Amino acid sequence: MTLKSEPVIVNVGPQHPSTHGVMRLRVAFDGELVTDAEMIIGYLHRGSEKLAEERTFTQVVTLTDRMDYVAAMTNNQAYILAVEKLAGIEPTPRGVWLRMISAELQRIASHLIAIGFLMQDLGAMGTPLMYTMREREDIMDMFELMCGARITNSYHRPSGVFQDAPPELWPRLEAFLVEMPGRIDEYEQLISGNEIILSRMRGIGIISPEDMINASITGPMLRAGGVDWDIRHQQPYEYYDRVEFDRPIMDESDNYARYLVRVYEMRESLKILRQCIDQIEPGPARDPEVPFVIRPPKGDAYVPIEGPKGELGFYLVSDGGISPYRCKVRPPSLLNLTLLREMVIGLPMAAMIVTFGTVDINMGEVDR
Amino acid sequence: MIGLGLLNGLIVTMKAAIRGPVTVQYPDRRVGLLGAARELGMSPFQFLVKRPKDAVKAAAGFATVEDKIAQGPRFRGQDFNWYEDRCTGCASCAKFCPLGIIEIVTSPSDTLKSQGEVYNIDVFDIDIGRCMFCGICVEVCPYDALHMGSGFELGTYERKDLVISVDALRTKKNTPSTWFRPQLEETAYNPHSGESRPWTEVGRHEQPTDEELNERWVDER
Repeated sequence: MTLKSEPVIVNVGPQHPSTHGVMRLRVAFDGELVTDAEMIIGYLHRGSEKLAEERTFTQVVTLTDRMDYVAAMTNNQAYILAVEKLAGIEPTPRGVWLRMISAELQRIASHLIAIGFLMQDLGAMGTPLMYTMREREDIMDMFELMCGARITNSYHRPSGVFQDAPPELWPRLEAFLVEMPGRIDEYEQLISGNEIILSRMRGIGIISPEDMINASITGPMLRAGGVDWDIRHQQPYEYYDRVEFDRPIMDESDNYARYLVRVYEMRESLKILRQCIDQIEPGPARDPEVPFVIRPPKGDAYVPIEGPKGELGFYLVSDGGISPYRCKVRPPSLLNLTLLREMVIGLPMAAMIVTFGTVDINMGEVDR
Repeated sequence: MIGLGLLNGLIVTMKAAIRGPVTVQYPDRRVGLLGAARELGMSPFQFLVKRPKDAVKAAAGFATVEDKIAQGPRFRGQDFNWYEDRCTGCASCAKFCPLGIIEIVTSPSDTLKSQGEVYNIDVFDIDIGRCMFCGICVEVCPYDALHMGSGFELGTYERKDLVISVDALRTKKNTPSTWFRPQLEETAYNPHSGESRPWTEVGRHEQPTDEELNERWVDER
């Protein structure tokens, strides 16, 4: 006999704990399996790019905090690098090192969030998330010492950072570097070998590297697909050419590979932090000659950086005034999401949520 | 062997169980009988004899002590510190606030010092209900008159109570945050110690005296 049936349309989100913000997925189900998925975004749109057009170049730093709010430091860094290129400002060496230290700490914090919430999506309610949050708390405390805020940092300024790091930071950073490898081992012991997690993440959510390159997916997701693309290595910005680090590459391109790449990247970030502390030189953290209101010459600038989620960049156009004529963000979260439909078709509901979690998006950045 | 990975993970959670908590029980931490006695500096036996009512309460778990969150000295908090003696009424803070939440109204002062130099501040409203604590107003202040505070807890019934008025700023005990104030950090000042700083000690440069200001005013004209 023929079954008379029609697909069941289910709205996942916008108010759903596993959509990492206000993301709405309209999914068509055939029984338990996904037959179609459509993502509907824009619930967190605040018009940051338009708001930037009526603020001075330094004021826009505060807006970039609120785009990717779990990685505010890297957003600051990407914006400031674009401003420096636009205005031809030379940063001070100590400022650059401090920017690298803050960016690498932020990368660890962002990956901790990614792993913790991925486990939450898998149904490991609480335990792994609390462990990752515990270490993130250390990083947030260090940010508070550096710049007085934990999440909305606004630490970076054209020509460096606004104020030198306080002396209390360095012993805390040393203690963190000593403690953190053991903590990452702990996550691996807890998560990486777990049979339930292996059976739910291995071989699921596979996407081919060619498709990812065509969709301009970057970051840990691309490296989990066997493509060696890390802007810190291929197009070094700041002083990344003076530090040595490995780029973890996996070939499987499944959910498990994406998780493992993030874990390995945290270890590499610790290596970079160690080298930054060894190489940091005394001196001013910013150039006092650079005024608060800068007037870059006419032109445009784009500097890509390797954010925790992928290639992050600000395209700025100046008409010679005190505020950007146009500010366009290249958000890695949004572009990494574009292939979600291809990844989840044919998967059960629970695997769809896990696949969504491994993409590691942030709605503040997707909608801006 | 299947299940070994699960057991391996359980070892981690068992270790965490005996490691003790890392959570801060803000704002109050419950202390038992022993803890309450230690807070008062008595032995538990003394505590039981001298203050039996409190001891029963403590044993039942109602005794609490304040548990403070450790804050950095640069913390950008909600209670702004303003030094009227340093302020010239230039309104740089109002001009550069990304949200435009600072309102300043000035009038020329009739004292000698302020002839063309200093204005009376009639209105200095900071609407912290819309403030995002970026601290740019503090960064651009050329005379180091405005400083961030370190408060973070505030609750009001109406939004108009969130506006800091000039009178509140005048009467406040000033414990400035060291955010963007390296001169305060050089003196190892910590706003959380509760110690206040007079207006003469928070500036980047020496404040000119009245005579110097008067001379300069005469020279310029």
